[in-house]
Amino acid sequence: MSVPFILFFTCSAIAVLGALLLIIAREPIHSALALILVMVSLAVLYLLLGAEFIAAVQIIVYAGAVMVLFVFVIMLLNAGVEQRTNYSKLAKFAGVPLGLFLLLEVGHWMWRSAIGSTIANGPGALSQTSISTPDLSKLLFHDYLFPFEATSILILIAILGALVLAKRGE
Amino acid sequence: MEFITQHAVLVVSLVKIVVLLFVLMTSLAYLTWFERKVVAHIQSRWGPYYVGAHGLLQPLADGIKFLFKEDVTPPTADRLVYLLAPFLALSLAMTTLALIPFGPLTGPHATVFGQPILVIANSNVGLLFLFAITSIGVYGVALAGWSSNSKYPLLGGLRSSAQMISYEVSLTLSIVGVLLLAGSFSFNGIIESQKGGVIHWHVWPQILGFLCYITAAIAETNRVPFDLPEAETELVAGFHTEYSSFKFAMFFMAEYANMITVSCLATILFFGGWQSPFPESWTWQLYLPGAGLVLLGLYCAYDTAMHMRGLARVQLAVVTTLALIAGLICLSHSALPIVQGPFWFLTKVILFLFVYVWIRGTLPRFRYDQLMSFGWKLLLPVSLANLVGTALVILLVKRG
Amino acid sequence: MNVVPISYYLVLSAVLFGMGAIGFIFKRNIITIYMAIELMLNAVNLAFVSFARAHNQLDGLVFVFFVIVVAAAEAAVGLAIVITIANNRRSLNVEDVNLLKF
Repeated sequence: MSVPFILFFTCSAIAVLGALLLIIAREPIHSALALILVMVSLAVLYLLLGAEFIAAVQIIVYAGAVMVLFVFVIMLLNAGVEQRTNYSKLAKFAGVPLGLFLLLEVGHWMWRSAIGSTIANGPGALSQTSISTPDLSKLLFHDYLFPFEATSILILIAILGALVLAKRGE
Repeated sequence: MEFITQHAVLVVSLVKIVVLLFVLMTSLAYLTWFERKVVAHIQSRWGPYYVGAHGLLQPLADGIKFLFKEDVTPPTADRLVYLLAPFLALSLAMTTLALIPFGPLTGPHATVFGQPILVIANSNVGLLFLFAITSIGVYGVALAGWSSNSKYPLLGGLRSSAQMISYEVSLTLSIVGVLLLAGSFSFNGIIESQKGGVIHWHVWPQILGFLCYITAAIAETNRVPFDLPEAETELVAGFHTEYSSFKFAMFFMAEYANMITVSCLATILFFGGWQSPFPESWTWQLYLPGAGLVLLGLYCAYDTAMHMRGLARVQLAVVTTLALIAGLICLSHSALPIVQGPFWFLTKVILFLFVYVWIRGTLPRFRYDQLMSFGWKLLLPVSLANLVGTALVILLVKRG
Repeated sequence: MNVVPISYYLVLSAVLFGMGAIGFIFKRNIITIYMAIELMLNAVNLAFVSFARAHNQLDGLVFVFFVIVVAAAEAAVGLAIVITIANNRRSLNVEDVNLLKF
């Protein structure tokens, strides 16, 4: 029971708990808080996997900007308690066990697959335990320069779209 | 002893965390004293004077008052989120200080059992993590405003958090120039690139970035002149209207802890961190910490003898002896190399905090729409221009 | 060397994705459905990062970067649409957005 194992099980338990709370919560603000919890625990898991930059970007962008946007919208729209829906009982009694069975099946085959037996520090592993940011930025700005510039235009379009939609809404 | 050497990381980190928490709580309390005294002297009055000698026990009195106040919870508030918000704000504000190096990581007496003692978490991407933690700090404010279930806190919380996320963009952009000069995200790397005395500090080539940083930092921490969402004369008290006693104290402490974090970051990024402004060859500078503390002790002794009477005299005499003992310890041969880093770091941080409080005592407030248009229409383009200019200059210098 | 095998991360990713899918199907508030979509995207990000670690290539991390950026842009536009719908239909229940239903 070394430190990476303990940390992994703690963080994955917190992540699964957060996802459960997201589904079960009756108010949207509690679901938003649960999703923030999931994102932060996933950032710790990225750190365990050695991707420091991605962990920081996850918290800064995802948990610190996207979720703030969600929380603002929930606050502004005054989203109250969720209403009960009247779907069929068959879905509940047949769907949930089948869903669980699907989950177990996928998990089982992932466990037994070839990639499942790769240990991160085996032969051919990275020489350092964490991935350095300069290497990542070299890849981003040399090989993936076109997608990078395309995403910047995408963000510009998203900003314009949000502005137009917000203006028309008044 | 075997246990300690085997688990050196854990034990030393725990000790460092306890020491830092203690030092941090004390300095938060005395930062309030500092602010009240400085603002009072700007306004031609004395500030706290009677509670202890020179008002030095005023923070203790305030703390006890906060503990004994009645804890009122609005009945329609969302209990879980209402309790979570101040804890979140305070814990995030205090977590950022784990990343900051207070002194060198190598050198005589700087390591214990192989672990550096002047920094808790030495990370390769320390700067990125610091921004990550401050960007989650927005939730403390927003959730506090929402969970109080009342008009003024909701408005105050929304305005305050919108202000924080707007100025966060300019804050991050204004320091990218420093990152280009230093070439590393780690605090140690940034400090190492400013070696050699005051002429190598990053504030000179990045003066525009520094000014953008200071402005954005004051707005980010919700201080005057950007504190409309929580000012006493506007919106009742903003997002912490419905909080009382200990929870209000937690918001208060979170704001001061954010101030301290931003000042520490400014010294590391722009003013050389824990390095001294004089070149290495001037060895007389090694005696400065001790000399400064001894001088402080002598001034306190003079004040005790001439101006204090009664209980205040005893208290100030205690302060005098503490200052003199600390000064003599700093002058002793074994402690001499290790005191330098923290001394210069704390001096610079205290100077920054003084500038913060000075601005608070001097400037009027921005109106909210002026504030937002300033952040988006002026500060963001200027930070971007600083970044592009720095990149251009570095490219031209490297090529030619 | 006691390091966590990659399959553990993949199973966690599958579990989170499944829970996001369950939330997407069973919830009725538009914003909560959107949050379930974000949970699915996060689960996929975790799978990408673990594969990048297993194959020792940085391309997976670049893709994670792009997924985060696209999710942020999508959140901006999507929430603007949600606000417009809420102003028009006066309700955040997804069953009330049924003008195109036969």
